[in-house]
Amino acid sequence: MSKLTDQNEGKQYLLMGNEAIARGALEAGISVASGYPGTPSSEIIESLAKAAEERNLYVEWSTNEKVALEVAAAASFAQLRSLCVMKQNGVNVASDFLLHLAGSGTRGGMVLVTCDDPGALSSVNEGESRHFAKMVEIPLLEPGDFQEAKDMTQWAFELSETIRSLVVVRSVTRMSHASGNVHFGKLPGTEKQAVFKYDGFILDPMEGLVISAPVSFKHKLQQDKLIKTREIFEESPFNKYFGPEKPELLLITSSACNLYSREAVHILGLQNRVGVLKMGTTWPLPPGLIKKYLSLNDKILFVEEVLPFLEENVKILAAEMAGEIGVKTFHGKNDGSIPMVGEMNPDFVISALAKLTEIDYVPMSKEYEEKAALYNIAKVPAREQTFCPGCPHRASFWSIHNALLLDNRKGFVCGDIGCYTMAIGSTGFRTLKTLHSMGSGTGVASGFGKLGQFGLDQPVLAVCGDSTFFHAAMPALVNAVHHKSNITLVILDNSGTAMTGFQPHPGLTVNAMGETMPEVDIAKICQAIGAKVEIRDPFNLKETQETLNQLMADKEGAKVLILRQKCALSPERKAKKYFEMKVDEARCLGENCGCNRLCTRILSCPGLFWDKDKKTAKIDEVICAGCGVCSYICPVEAIKREEVA
Amino acid sequence: MTQTQLPKEPYNIIITGVGGQGNVMASRILSNMLVHQGYSITIGETFGASQRGGSVMSHIRVSADSTWSPQIPKGKADIVVTLEPIEAIRVLMNYGNPEVKVLTNTRPIYPVGVISGELKYPSKEEIQDAIRDLSSIAWFIDATDEAVKLGNPILGNIIMIGALAGTGLLPIDRQAFQEVIRENLPAGTLDTNMKAFDLGMAKVRQ
Repeated sequence: MSKLTDQNEGKQYLLMGNEAIARGALEAGISVASGYPGTPSSEIIESLAKAAEERNLYVEWSTNEKVALEVAAAASFAQLRSLCVMKQNGVNVASDFLLHLAGSGTRGGMVLVTCDDPGALSSVNEGESRHFAKMVEIPLLEPGDFQEAKDMTQWAFELSETIRSLVVVRSVTRMSHASGNVHFGKLPGTEKQAVFKYDGFILDPMEGLVISAPVSFKHKLQQDKLIKTREIFEESPFNKYFGPEKPELLLITSSACNLYSREAVHILGLQNRVGVLKMGTTWPLPPGLIKKYLSLNDKILFVEEVLPFLEENVKILAAEMAGEIGVKTFHGKNDGSIPMVGEMNPDFVISALAKLTEIDYVPMSKEYEEKAALYNIAKVPAREQTFCPGCPHRASFWSIHNALLLDNRKGFVCGDIGCYTMAIGSTGFRTLKTLHSMGSGTGVASGFGKLGQFGLDQPVLAVCGDSTFFHAAMPALVNAVHHKSNITLVILDNSGTAMTGFQPHPGLTVNAMGETMPEVDIAKICQAIGAKVEIRDPFNLKETQETLNQLMADKEGAKVLILRQKCALSPERKAKKYFEMKVDEARCLGENCGCNRLCTRILSCPGLFWDKDKKTAKIDEVICAGCGVCSYICPVEAIKREEVA
Repeated sequence: MTQTQLPKEPYNIIITGVGGQGNVMASRILSNMLVHQGYSITIGETFGASQRGGSVMSHIRVSADSTWSPQIPKGKADIVVTLEPIEAIRVLMNYGNPEVKVLTNTRPIYPVGVISGELKYPSKEEIQDAIRDLSSIAWFIDATDEAVKLGNPILGNIIMIGALAGTGLLPIDRQAFQEVIRENLPAGTLDTNMKAFDLGMAKVRQ
């Protein structure tokens, strides 16, 4: 039994926000959960997968977010409760179906959890998912602490069934990946019955057709649902006010910024001067409630992430109410009181509040700050992100980089999202030259490959991971093959969705719940599409580089090279070395070797460092993962490998 | 489930290190030990991409009964536990103050910039001088080296938790640790973890 399935009502656990969301879904009695892995959202589906057997759930990692939303919707149409989970940019992928689902309506309670990543701590964008709720006209909730993450998720299902619409619960990294004490509620029974009714009156929401047409009728119905939602939100316990009856300043906030704001008020001792309105129901905003609090004073500060969503929507209401509540002065992102980009923290709020309330606040003595800064500048080297010791990507990019140099026609690589994104930096020898969304390296390469007509004569490569191949690279490869685009797609197949924690994908023989599944063979798919396909082990540097040069020289259409080697952190490889590595100190010529420290200076694996005293390379036995790759690189064969039995 | 008075409300702990050192595990274990004693805990963590060889940090807020920001405000750390020595100096620049107490694992993990020769890693003496200068009390523990002797370098994080318990700064003890390990980790790992914890505790009391 995991703690998330504890039947003990009232029991208190320390839960990650994502676990609290999962528990909320369990307390709501969901039957189906689906998603696509993406930091900071992945632990929700993982937690539910672990609870699947005990709670009679079906949980899957879908091929991509759009499919995930479709899978979850089917359960709702069959009158079950379902949860769908994704990170912020996943909502873009799902958005076409999302628009139509908002139009068709739902049956069993259905909730979409989006986990945004302000500051892009684990993303290559800081996209905002809240605007989707406004754009497709569905309700939006934002938990302001960990208890609410659970309670709100559970309640979202009730709201969904009251109005028969999808409801969005939006989290952020510091909610999803932060933890706090959470009191458990009751778990319902696990008996469920799915039935899909379709032969009632065509427009009957529970027994007719599940369609978004006739559009004007359905669209009007959707807006009526929002009007009802607004009424419900007027009374919602998820909107809370903390502060005096007549504050000098009203701070309006939501999500993790609630915790930053309340701490800032505490630190500055402003409890009797500043009121905090914590909004939990952020679309549609309840106008009565907003009016009540805007009437308290004339000076308002908004604290939120990422875009000024609350700020702009409250301003619209304030403009409509101006005749009754008077003209207000607004501070927030738009006037620069709060930074327009990046993640928020208590210090940004302290600084904004201190300025608006004319308080002097010094967080750190000047003397200490200067001393600490000086040590850091003078002594502390930067710690750049790097491929792990034993990572197959380091070997793959070593070969790609060298193959491009040997080819000498200014070839380049288009990339996308995964650990291999880091190949824009020195750990991947700065090999990637474009970087966008999932699968877009292949699509962008497909376009570059057709520019020969205009004189582009550089070899075009793309990279994608195995999970990314299924997610979004397949249509791009079809495009490249069909249009005879001259590209080489390198699939970095490390047997799992590695970056987010080894979630399975269709290329593996297992699903989210650990059941055995038929694998979908990447090589066979590529062959069936019509690409020329080669498979190599990236740890074999010589063969890999030769193959790459052959494929680049081949000018006939799209080629695929699958570089297959398990991730160094995978359960199969973690703490298991292929080789015991050792540097033969007698053989290493050190600084007298013409290689100019090729092994440490260029390969830069954390497991191999330069021993300044002995002036030779040295294996760090605590860190080395025993992949053996560095032994191929040493020109005098001083790095020795011994196979581990 | 009995609380003793906290020195401060909230009491702020940072556990820092390099991705792969078991930073998150250490923060969860410590926090669960405090939840056992009846405290309200808020943890803020950096992981995901940052896991890949970058600096990682967990912020732990210990409170009698409240949820606090998952990010500690500037200059407000009370204790810093660092699994990698230079990471302590990095953290103190933003969160330190003259009263902060620091426990340091002495084993360096070289950044790639150091491995490639572009950057210099400070000497052991330079690191210790800086940490001592920026803190009120500093402990230095050869946690990774001891963990290697126990058979697994990852146990360095448990040794550091043991050391933290040994300082007496927090209301945590051997029994709380044992309960949390029993609840959260595979049964076969209990003995090794207890050994690592005891070792850390002894190191700090030497």
